[in-house]
Formats: sequence, structure tokens, C-alpha cells
Amino acid sequence: MLWLLFFLVSAIHAELCQPDAENAFKVRLSLRTALGDKAYAWDTNEEYLFKAMVAFSMRRVPNREATEISHVLLCNVTQRVSFWFVVTDPSRNHTLPAVEVQSAIRMNRNRINNAFFLNDQTLEFLRIPATLAPPTDPSVPIWIIIFGVIFCIVIVATMLLILSGIRQHRRKNKGPSEMEDTEDKWENTVKIENGIPCDPLDMKGGHVNDAFVTEDERLTPL
Amino acid sequence: MRLAIKKRASRRGRGAGPSPGRADSGAMDEARPLWATPLQFVFACLSYAVGLGNVWRFPYLCQMYGGGSFLVPYIIMLTVEGMPLLYLELAVGQRMRQGSIGAWRTINPYLSGVGVASVVASFFLSLYYNVVNAWAFWYLFHSLQDPLPWSVCPLNGNRTGYDEECEKASSTQYFWYRKTLNISPSIQESGAVQWELALCLILAWLLVYLCILRGTESTGKVVYFTALLPYCVLIVYLVRGLTLHGATNGLAYMFTPKMEQLANPKAWTNAATQVFFSLGLGFGSLIAFASYNEPSNNCQKHAVVVSIINSSTSIFASVVTFSIYGFKATFNYESCLNKVILLLTNSFDLEDGFLTVSNLEEVKSYLASAYPSKYSEVFPQIKNCSLESELETAVQGTGLAFIVYTEAIQNMEASQLWSVLYFFMLLLLGIGSMLGNTAAILTPLTDSKVISSYLPKEAISGLVCLVSCAIGLVFTMEAGNYWFDIFNDYAATLPLLLIVLVEAAAVCYLYGLRRFESDLKSMTGHALNWYWKAMWGGVSPLLIISLFVFYLSDYIITGTLQYQAWDASQGQLVTKDYPPYALAITGLLVASSTMCIPLGALGTFIVRHLKRGDTASVA
Repeated sequence: MLWLLFFLVSAIHAELCQPDAENAFKVRLSLRTALGDKAYAWDTNEEYLFKAMVAFSMRRVPNREATEISHVLLCNVTQRVSFWFVVTDPSRNHTLPAVEVQSAIRMNRNRINNAFFLNDQTLEFLRIPATLAPPTDPSVPIWIIIFGVIFCIVIVATMLLILSGIRQHRRKNKGPSEMEDTEDKWENTVKIENGIPCDPLDMKGGHVNDAFVTEDERLTPL
Repeated sequence: MRLAIKKRASRRGRGAGPSPGRADSGAMDEARPLWATPLQFVFACLSYAVGLGNVWRFPYLCQMYGGGSFLVPYIIMLTVEGMPLLYLELAVGQRMRQGSIGAWRTINPYLSGVGVASVVASFFLSLYYNVVNAWAFWYLFHSLQDPLPWSVCPLNGNRTGYDEECEKASSTQYFWYRKTLNISPSIQESGAVQWELALCLILAWLLVYLCILRGTESTGKVVYFTALLPYCVLIVYLVRGLTLHGATNGLAYMFTPKMEQLANPKAWTNAATQVFFSLGLGFGSLIAFASYNEPSNNCQKHAVVVSIINSSTSIFASVVTFSIYGFKATFNYESCLNKVILLLTNSFDLEDGFLTVSNLEEVKSYLASAYPSKYSEVFPQIKNCSLESELETAVQGTGLAFIVYTEAIQNMEASQLWSVLYFFMLLLLGIGSMLGNTAAILTPLTDSKVISSYLPKEAISGLVCLVSCAIGLVFTMEAGNYWFDIFNDYAATLPLLLIVLVEAAAVCYLYGLRRFESDLKSMTGHALNWYWKAMWGGVSPLLIISLFVFYLSDYIITGTLQYQAWDASQGQLVTKDYPPYALAITGLLVASSTMCIPLGALGTFIVRHLKRGDTASVA
């Protein structure tokens, strides 16, 4: 009698949890990809933890607080590691609708991932899309700040150059009248000492006679 | 100090020195600013010649036309066409000591149109060239984020997946076409001005204005940076590139010579074109730079040095580019293999980690035999991963700089640092070339007594920058990239060939090669080598004529011009025809600079005729 009951129960369970059954989800883990050498083996204890996490997620849904670990059924565990699971209601005859299970898992995805040291890519729930993390958008885009800094530097440098150019212009306009007189004097007077004409400033070679150069702006070498 | 040097120049100009025997000696009475040292002149020419084309065009040509064997036509064209024409322009500029308009008018009054054509071509060039600097600024500012914005796709509406356009294309393509350009599906749909890009463009023009504000005084100092810093960055990148995983694949691919390409005439014409445009001949920038030289400067040595360094930089940059290509191709190849492994592992529920790259083939054959039906279901999705096909994706231009390179950079460690370095280098190269472009426009303007009597030099530069910036805002519209391609392909290609041809013919046959030779000898003190005379008189003009004929026949044969438009729904480029008004504008672009030459001659002829008529009637 007991054997018959046992077979009946496992038969029902088998019907409820099957690949591509109604309200069943396939889960795929990539332990070696995620953890490399530190990958743990997937055994029945890990399955128990998984069932516990799913039950925990279902208990957080209103009206489903009575979900127990035994209500979560796993089947078709492969070497991959992948398996299918369903969540049954307390009567163990029907499976909970896929929509409910989906939303429950999505809300608690982070907790489930962390329990197994995995992430959204290495612990996949097929047909349950993960909510992707939104990109962090600072209130002021960073690029505008950098742009503003460089823009201000360039404007300030331009202003400085323009102003110093205007100042140089004004000084040049004051200067030329005096400089032209000195040049004409040098050109016309040729001093003669001891019968030898001497050029105090050598006009042909273009050398600068350092003795006469006091300020670079006022006296120009010829 | 500055004033002292100015005065010395005017003295020498008045007393000694050859005079062209025309009224232009009056122009030399004005104190002409000079480079503080000949080194500044060399650096100015270098930073002008070494530009973006060395980085994004030469590696492409190398890849398309036989790798190592492309160097053969390139070096031949350099010695036969590049160096002689460069020397010619520098010599003309140094001899005439004026910008392009004044210099050609001095050589022969009927040639004033040549100078005007150069200025017009330079104006078009600076209009669109600075947009590249704006793009470089944009990417530079966005490089200081973690993660890099072009390495991740943005999420779609309900946050369950990524944006559709980004999924179909790649994240780097999405960032370029959607976030940067916000490109429209065709050239007809102009869209609005993108304010972010417009801001970057204004910043770029401000920076250029800052550098050219004081003429050679400011330019002379800036070129130290723009000429030397890119080499520092390239060396850093070379070391990084060579140590990347898979770099040797790219280098081996590039340098294995494919000798059969030497028989391809396109390899030779492309080598000639590359040498021609890489040196920036015909724009008037070289004449402008050389006009600020001391007359006794040995420009022959400088011409040889600049052309050799320019070509070496191209080769150096392509070594860096190909090591990065190799890294990217290897990375993509390995990702492709990993995707196949994941697909098989998931479909057949094999143990995680069982399938590796080494046993992939045998496991595939085992699965095909053991589970034939299931395998045939999965088979269409299995991509054939090939390293060769990854390496063969040859890209040039903005695609290389902003899509391929960014894709490679995002996979390096400390990617923000490499990204900043890379775009900073692009910026330096671009600004260096812009200095030359603007010098070509400003030197004739500041030489002209009419304009410079009304406005100081700073105001003229400011006005030119303002006008160019305002017109350049067209390129920041949604269809701006399509207009950029039009300008890039047509504004400065055919007209330049014509300009340089007329220049070479003018110096040799109108002015007289002997006369020019004696001018140079009295100016620099060195005799002119027979090699230069042979090249200027015969070989280089013939080469340019054949290039010209080749281009014209190419345009005529291809018929209607087409362009690549970005299709957002497919996530790739599609070919479309240009609308008639775009073709009209293209024709106008080419005509406006080319027509200046005959119009200038015609104008001078009419003016002279009128003058002769006046004197005849007076007498």
C-alpha cells in the first residue's frame, strides 16, 4: 500500500516536473567559468540550497507565504550543470503559474546569485530575463565638466595674449618716432679719428656691438 | 629681442639680396616676422605634414596593396615626386618671401589665380578638418569615465536587454553613429545641429586661434609640442602594442609582402596620391612657412629631412596600427570561438569547461556523428571563426580612428589611460595640420597691404576663425558626416593636382629654370643639383598629369557617385546615391578652386589691357 502511494506521489511529481512542462523553468549553471579552480561540485546539498532559495523567493510574494522547500521540485539534472524546476502549491497537485514564479525570481535574483557565488551570466534562468543594472548617470555629465575647464583655460590664455599684444602695439606706436631719429644720425655721421673713418656700429656685417646694447627694445643692431 | 631680429631682416632686404625687379620689393620693407630658429621651421613643416593621414590612411593602403611590398612604390614615388615638389614649394616661398598669392603673382602676374586657388582649397580644408579635432575632443572628454561609454550598450526601455541598434551593430559603432554623430539615415535629412558637437567645434577653433594669434611668434612655440609629443605617444603605444596578446599576428599579416600587388596599377597610383597629399603640397602652407625663413636657409636639406621623417612616421604608425589590429583580431577570433563553445555546451548539456579551443574540432565531429539530428539544428548558428577574415577587415579614415581603435582600446587594461593618450595624440596631429592650413589662408591676407592697413593681424585671424567655425557648424548637423565625406573626397583632391602641375610648369618654363637656379644659388649659396632640375622639368609634371588623367577617368567610369549611409534598423552601412543638389555642390567645390587659375589669368589680362588702353589714350 505504502509502495503504491510512493509510486503515485513520485509519478505525480514526475508529471509536474518535466522538461518543457507547463510552468517549468530550466536553470543553467557555469561553475567552472565563474569560479575556475575554486568551483564546488554540484551535489544534492547544493540542490537543497537551491530549492531553499526558490522557496524563500516565493514566500516573499503576497499569498504565497506558505511555500515550503518540499514544494519545489527539481528534475533532469545534467552534467552541464542544468536542470528544470517547478513550484507546486501546498496541495502538490498543481504548479504555480509561471508569471508568479518569474516575478518572484526577478525580485530576488541578487540574493540567489550571491548564495552560489555566481552572477546573472553564470546562473541563468532561461525565460526569466534578468533586470540589467542601469548605467550610473551622474547628475552633471563628466564630459561637460572637463569641457568647461579646458574652455575656460583657452579663453583666459587667448585674452592674455590679445591684451599683451595690444599693450605691445601701444608701446611700439610711442617708440618709433624716437628710434627713427637715432637711426638717421648713425647713418649720416661718420666719425673720423686720426684720418681713419671708423664705424662705431658695423653696418655691413650685422654684428651687435655689445657695448652699445643696453635695452633690447630701444637700440637695434644693424 | 623680437624687434631686433625684425629690423635686421629689413636692412638686409633693402641693401643686399636679390630683388625680383618689381614693385614687390616694397613688401619686403615691412618687417617680416621670422622663425626664431631654423628648427622651428622644420618642426612647423613636420607638424603640418605629419597629420591624421599618416595614422589612418597609410596603414589601410599598406594592407590593401600588398603589405611590405607597398613600400616599394611608396619610396619610389617619394623620391621621384614627393621630395622634388616639396623642395620646389619651400624654395619658392623662401625666395619670394610672401604668401602663395603674392609669390605666384611675383613669378608671373598671370599666375595670381594659382595663389587664390591655393587659398580657396586651404579654406575648404580647414572648414572640415577642424571637425575631426572636435570629434577627438568629444572622445577625449568621454575617456575619463569608467566604464568607457563606447564599451557598453545602453539598456532598452524595460531594462531587460540592450538597445536594439546597439545589439545589431557593435557598441563602438553605436557610440560613433548614434551618440557622437546622431547620424540621419540619408543626406537629405539634415536634422538639427548637435549642440554637444557644436561646443566641441567652437573649442577646437578657439584652440587654433590661440595658437595662430601672434603669427610665427606663437606658432613657432606651439609646433614644438605638436611635432614632438605625437612621437612620444606613438612610442608608448608601440611598446604597449607589441606587448599585446596577438600583436604578432597583425604584424606578420602586414609585413608579409604580396609581390603580385606590384603589378597592380592601383598600388602605384595610390602610392603617388598618398605621397602627394601626405606632404600637403599645393595648399600654400609650405610656401607660407618658408616665406618666414631667412633667405640663406638651406631649404634643400630641410625638404629632404621633412619628407623622410614624414614617411618614416607613416611606417612607424602603421607598425603600431597593425599590432593593435592583430590584438583586436585575435580578441574577436577568440570571442567567436568561445561563443561557439558556449553554444555547443548549452545545446548538448556538456560539462562546463569540457570543451576547449584545442578539442573543439574533434568534439564537433563526435557530436555530428553521435547526435546528427540535434547537430543539424544547431549547425546554422555555428559561425566559422577565422583569424584571417578578422585581419582582412581593412578600414580607413574616421572608421579606423573612432571605431576600430576604440574597440581595441576598450579591451586593454587601464583603458582610460590608453584612450586619453590616443585621442590626445590625434588632437596634436590635427591641430598641427590646422596650423599649416590657417597659415596658408592668413599669410596672403596679412601680406596684402589693403587688408592689413585696416585690421591688425589678431583681428584678421579672429575673423577667419569665426567665419570658418560658423560654416563648420554644418558638419555638426545630423547629416553632417555625409557632407564631411563629400568635402574630404572632392574638395581638395583634383584641384590640388592641377595647382601643383601649374606651379611646377610655371617655375620651370614661365619663370625659367635657369633663372630660378641662379636665384637659389645667390640666396642660399648652394648650386642646384641636376637631380632636382630633371625632376622639376620632366618627371614630376608627367607623373601629376598621369595621376590627373587616372582620377578623371575613374570619376567618369564610375558614373553616379554613391555614398555610405548608416541604417539604424539594420545596424550597418548601406550604399545610396547622392541627390542632384549634393552633386551640384560637389561640382561647385571642385570648380571654385580650379576655376581661380584661368579666371586669375583672365583678370590680369583684362586689367593690363585696360591699363594699356589708358596709357595709349593718354599718350
